[in-house]
Amino acid sequence: MAACFLLRRVSANLTNSLPRALHPNAFSPARLCARTCFRRDLSLTPRFCTALRFTNKHEWVRVENGTGTVGISNFAQEALGDVVYCGLPDVGTKLSQSEEFGALESVKAVSDLYSPLTGEVTEINHALADNPGLVNKSCYQDGWLIKMTISIPKELDSLMDEAAYERYIKSIED
Amino acid sequence: MLTRGLVSGWVLSRARVSGGFLQTTALNGRREQQERHWTTEAALKRTPLYEFHKAHGGKMVEFAGWSMPVQYTESHINSHLHTRQHCSIFDVSHMLQTKVHGKDRVKFIESLIVGDIAEMKDNQGTLSLFTNDKGGIIDDLIVTKTDQGYLYVVSNAGCADKDSAHMEAKLQEFKAAGHVVDLEYLEESLIAIQGPSTARVLQEGVCDNLNKLTFMSSVLTPVFGIQGCRVTRCGYTGEDGVEISVPCRRVVEFLEKLLNSSEVKLAGLGSRDSLRLEAGLCLYGNDIDETTTPVEASLVWTIGKRRRQARGFPGADVIVPQIKAKTQRKRVGLMSSGPPMRQHTPILSPDGKVIGEVTSGCPSPCLKQNVAMGYVETSFSKLGTPVQVEVRKKIIPAVISKMPFVPTRYYTGQ
Repeated sequence: MAACFLLRRVSANLTNSLPRALHPNAFSPARLCARTCFRRDLSLTPRFCTALRFTNKHEWVRVENGTGTVGISNFAQEALGDVVYCGLPDVGTKLSQSEEFGALESVKAVSDLYSPLTGEVTEINHALADNPGLVNKSCYQDGWLIKMTISIPKELDSLMDEAAYERYIKSIED
Repeated sequence: MLTRGLVSGWVLSRARVSGGFLQTTALNGRREQQERHWTTEAALKRTPLYEFHKAHGGKMVEFAGWSMPVQYTESHINSHLHTRQHCSIFDVSHMLQTKVHGKDRVKFIESLIVGDIAEMKDNQGTLSLFTNDKGGIIDDLIVTKTDQGYLYVVSNAGCADKDSAHMEAKLQEFKAAGHVVDLEYLEESLIAIQGPSTARVLQEGVCDNLNKLTFMSSVLTPVFGIQGCRVTRCGYTGEDGVEISVPCRRVVEFLEKLLNSSEVKLAGLGSRDSLRLEAGLCLYGNDIDETTTPVEASLVWTIGKRRRQARGFPGADVIVPQIKAKTQRKRVGLMSSGPPMRQHTPILSPDGKVIGEVTSGCPSPCLKQNVAMGYVETSFSKLGTPVQVEVRKKIIPAVISKMPFVPTRYYTGQ
């Protein structure tokens, strides 16, 4: 846990050292991380805290306290069907953005997972070992897959916000 | 997240997720990006039930050039379990149905397949194999020897073109030799009804007592008032069930009548694949093909005794000696826990040597374990032999296991 905390601190510090000017957007990762690291700021809205960013391969990442929680989108879990096995990496695995980090398996298919960001795996969702169906039942909450440090916060800019992801889903469904 | 591959022959609908590409894993775990242009829906063949499937929430996918439902509104697992517990309807109209007419029809079909059709009773059917001169399997098929003066043959959609070409070539040969044979390709729909409630549900619609219709027997009878239905007690799930050839203009009405029963649900290719795998049944193109012989495929039982002696079928001189001498490799069942085995998963000996490859595999919805079939070196083929499989670079223990994985419940009489 100490290591975990330290990593969080390191990533938060890195975030704070980034020039604000690079991130004029209110939802920029710098703003997001900078604000979330001041945990005593009670005025922080939960919605802001839990904003999701999506990859074009249907993973999401939510940044809280400088740590990214990663899962798959509702669109992806629906398409995959009943998840029966989650192949997840070991804690400590270093990942680059877009690197494959595991796979989800349904009866009919196996889907590779790709890291939304560069960082190190700090935690995996052990509940999925006995209950992989959580990915279907609660893909944005209890069915999260891994937590990771955020080595390169500006990578968040390359991900879609919820509105952009919605549009993306529409475009591929057409 | 990106869905990988063709899973047991059918393309998953969400392959579209990756923008028209499918990513497949090649042999030895080597990742290979393979571009596959998404076949446009419009270019695909449709069964007479296409609109019916869509209206019932069918998720349509490409399969062997056809647009077929992979599942409906139920999840794959629920649909699979429903079939084992109650009764499901599968549209299998994409399969090739052929009638072989003429007095030399038995001699004709026996010149193409390994089965003993001459010895079969009227209205009996059997699984058989079209073989080539090298002993490889061109396709698997069901041949029924009807009492109506023809053989009724059902073979795979994916092989329809080569099967018909193969039969036509032999037909010309036979006709040239003065034999009397003819082929007729049927336009009828083919509906599989599978599961323990099948007889109860269907009995309401037929006059004949279905208790008399045992596994692999066939009858021509009206069903729900629809004339000209051929009901054959067979299937591809390991359950009791029937396949019914129905005139296509009345097939929607037929399905609507079946669906009046609360026990009956529609099921798609997804469940069909996991059900057949639990039942240990081969999928052509995955588990058997032109490079596998019936002996390697553990399908020796399909080769009639008389046929082994007379050797009058294609590839007999390769296949018959293999029965005694054994082959280098053999099709076996495998079971494991952890990450599922899939097509092309390498199979290793306990000391890590590659001894074969998985040809079909999935997590079994009934057993909650992974089941697979594949080919291994014959010295590792004995039941209970511990082996290993390599899934995403991890080595997982597996055991050579008896098939069917889930006991079959064919109706062989009271």
